[in-house]
Amino acid sequence: MSVVGRLLARGLRPGQPLRVLAASGQLGNGVPEAALRAGLARDPHVLGCDMGSIDVGPAYLGGGRIATSPAITRRDLRMVIQGARQIGVPLLIGSAGTAGAAPHLGITLDMIREIAREDGLTLRVAVIRADMDRAWLRAMAAAGRVQPIGQIGALTAEAVDGAAHVVGQMGTEAFLRALALEPDIVLAGRACDTAVFAAVPLLLGYPAGPANHMAKIIECTSLCCLPGGRDAMLGTLSGDSFDLESMNPDRAATPVSVAAHSLYEQADPLRVYEPDGMMDTTHARYEALDARRVRVSGATWTPATQHSIKVEGATWCGERAVLLASCCDPRVIEHRQAIATGVRRIVADIIPGAAGQDYSLTFRAYGTGETSLFPGGRNGLPVPAEVFFMVECIAPTADLAKAVVGVAKQNMLHFGFPGRLSTGGNIAFPFTPPELPAGAAYRYSIYHVAECDDLAAAFPVELEVIGAPVAIHA
Amino acid sequence: MTGRRLIDLARVIRSKNAGPLHCTLDILFADQAGYEEAVASPAMQRDAMAKLYGVAPATVEVIPYAAAHAIKVVLDRPIVAGSPGDSDVYGAQQHWPLLAVTL
Repeated sequence: MSVVGRLLARGLRPGQPLRVLAASGQLGNGVPEAALRAGLARDPHVLGCDMGSIDVGPAYLGGGRIATSPAITRRDLRMVIQGARQIGVPLLIGSAGTAGAAPHLGITLDMIREIAREDGLTLRVAVIRADMDRAWLRAMAAAGRVQPIGQIGALTAEAVDGAAHVVGQMGTEAFLRALALEPDIVLAGRACDTAVFAAVPLLLGYPAGPANHMAKIIECTSLCCLPGGRDAMLGTLSGDSFDLESMNPDRAATPVSVAAHSLYEQADPLRVYEPDGMMDTTHARYEALDARRVRVSGATWTPATQHSIKVEGATWCGERAVLLASCCDPRVIEHRQAIATGVRRIVADIIPGAAGQDYSLTFRAYGTGETSLFPGGRNGLPVPAEVFFMVECIAPTADLAKAVVGVAKQNMLHFGFPGRLSTGGNIAFPFTPPELPAGAAYRYSIYHVAECDDLAAAFPVELEVIGAPVAIHA
Repeated sequence: MTGRRLIDLARVIRSKNAGPLHCTLDILFADQAGYEEAVASPAMQRDAMAKLYGVAPATVEVIPYAAAHAIKVVLDRPIVAGSPGDSDVYGAQQHWPLLAVTL
């Protein structure tokens, strides 16, 4: 019998405890083993892992790269695959390979194939793709059915076509279709964090409000505890309420620590929008069961009348090179803006940036408020005794970017200004070469919500049987 | 009581992105009394926060959240997270102006 078949045969229904073990909120950074083992010993009904996020920045989605180390990612995958197998429960993995586009899914699936081969396993893997069909997205944008999620402007056909990769965040609907294929593992492309952990509760008919609320909290594992951490977290859903417990005995879930977690990385602490509805925690109650366990109830769920998908896309901006240097001469620090302006002019004379060869060149003097995104954050800082310069060029080619920062380097070193004493050089290099290629630069060009009339078409599922010769399509 | 510093009442003052288009500030208070004092303070209202960060009030939202003894401030990011020109991709170092706030 398949692990999903066995789960269904257990006859769980609301009123009975359904145990969801969140093994990792960011698979690939090193799953703490002791807590995972402790969690497996509690006989969970499903194991879930989140593998990605948009927070790490556009380079991973754009470049088709995985943010975590391949060796640690393989270690973590093996640990959760073997763990789920040991106790005979399904393993659900969301946002494969950091960003959840086709290359990320491919990298993760290759690792699973490798683990299966090395460990002699036969695995049924339901793969859910999250790459958005560009023609569909263009048509939806043209029909006025796509809205920006903040200050990013309306979605244009150029943005859709120009993005290196475009993914949508799938919800529980896609996971339920995948579970219907009776896999050992569901490997999802870009997915809502909640969907990974709410899917099995919904499959078994548990109410969507508490199921999604529990999922939203445990998706970051023990981050909701005091002290917060990355150890596996057990959520036990009874129906209208659920209990939370960290699998590390040194971490305590308290009513305030759990409630506070709903603020984390959320613009609205009370409402979470999913493709097929909205979870509202306005009337949620958090009660201590003991010093380190909390019972939560009261979240509600309102099904959406119109399904929608959060869509993410990243566009290539050019190749980046940077120059790193520091300075502790008060006169250089005082004249830093004039030096930057002068050097920029010299670089422009030497490398004019012809059509198709235009580049950007930026100077930052860290120590003077460069970290702040907001003007108010640059007020009231003392004049620094030392600054760190980062000069950045983004150009159509890596060679051009390196040439630009190289010329900037030499001219910054010897730039003359009134009252200059430092004729040996204005800046200090921590190593050579101080100008470094930094790879491709990307930006998020799409962060919108698109109405969707056919979620199943947007997130197709395919079953791959690893360790057996035949692949079955569904 | 007035003139108390925010850092004396809060046990967490942090910032982080909420998606690439918003930066949020979370102030978690040690207890209910601290939370209530801060929520009532003019220094923690939308206009004061906008002034503190040097941005337009329309780009700021202040959300008290009693269940966690917390106040959340949501700011529009002036630049999409991770784009060329960004200075804090995760938005994790935008909280420091709050450290000087007096209620």
